[in-house]
Amino acid sequence: MSDMQTDARKPYVRPMEGWWRKNPFFVRYMARELTALVVAAYAFVLLAGLWCLASGESAYNAWLGVLRHPVSVALHAMALVAAVYHTWSWFEIMPKTMPPIVVGGKRVAARVITATGVVAAIVVTLVLFLAVWSIKP
Amino acid sequence: MSRTINIEVLRYRPEQDEAPVFQSFSVPFTDDMSVLQGLQYIKDELDSTLSFRWSCRMAICGSCGMMINGKPELSCHTFLRDFYPGGVRVEPLNHFPIERDLVVRPDDFISKLESIKPYIIAKEVRRLDQGEYLQTPAERDRYEQFSSCINCMLCYAACPQYGLNKDFMGPGVLALLHRYNADSRDGGQAERMELVNAEEGVWNCTAVGYCSEVCPKGVDPANAVNVNKINSAKDFFFNMLGRKGAGK
Repeated sequence: MSDMQTDARKPYVRPMEGWWRKNPFFVRYMARELTALVVAAYAFVLLAGLWCLASGESAYNAWLGVLRHPVSVALHAMALVAAVYHTWSWFEIMPKTMPPIVVGGKRVAARVITATGVVAAIVVTLVLFLAVWSIKP
Repeated sequence: MSRTINIEVLRYRPEQDEAPVFQSFSVPFTDDMSVLQGLQYIKDELDSTLSFRWSCRMAICGSCGMMINGKPELSCHTFLRDFYPGGVRVEPLNHFPIERDLVVRPDDFISKLESIKPYIIAKEVRRLDQGEYLQTPAERDRYEQFSSCINCMLCYAACPQYGLNKDFMGPGVLALLHRYNADSRDGGQAERMELVNAEEGVWNCTAVGYCSEVCPKGVDPANAVNVNKINSAKDFFFNMLGRKGAGK
């Protein structure tokens, strides 16, 4: 608003270059934002699978073949680590992003909200994993 | 027993310096000395030209905010003993133009603060004979923590979005805006929602969350900003449905 530097006092504005590397808090923030891209990329992998499924059996089997390739398995392992970090980082910030929850006249503590989110994520992941595991071709 | 610590101070003297430079001072200190007292020692004993702001020395006035070893802190609230045997590096608050040495120019923050009408706009104006504006403890709890803000601007120095884009309203001012909007006696919400809804209002925030970490008064500006993203979205949809001024 009133940052015009035109007077005799010569206020000095420092550059922002490399700002996120100077503080571990910002490094973790950038990691949270960056791992979102991995989550998005994985959505495209699944979308490609759906498209192959719609295209017919051979296309779908080809897609499965690509997934079984060692490079693909290694990428999946890395994507899993990124997704776990991304999930954790969002539940960590969740208490700051939601309206306060009051139970019995007391505000629910931030770490309780984070822990609830993490537990919910673990339960949903396990249920989904078991559901998929139980479908035998 | 006094020990000696190295304090590096970023100096900027506009009449002689093209850009800020660090200057080192050896300062004897005792366990009860704050970084502010270290700077006062420098000014009294070593270099009287050093400029910095301070007033209350007890984390109430919000004048002595500085970057201390890269973190926004109140210098009266940070102790030299915690850095010994290492040194302390003191810089002016990030994201504000440096006026001189550790003094920054807060004009942008002040004009933003004024723009949100940081006072109660009575919902219904009462006459003197009608008595006080009453409020229950539960109603007070809805805004109480946000009213602890002392305008020290540490959260602005902690916010990279404000650093990158000066149009962003920023954490502290939005927390104070929320303090008044959430007050049951206040009726100024519709006027303030225009500022909240703007791109430069809450929507420039990307939930970095560092503002709440550095606040010396336990205010949670990140929460105020993000709760108002919900309010802003509600306001948008209610207005689309033709209901004006909805938001609380």
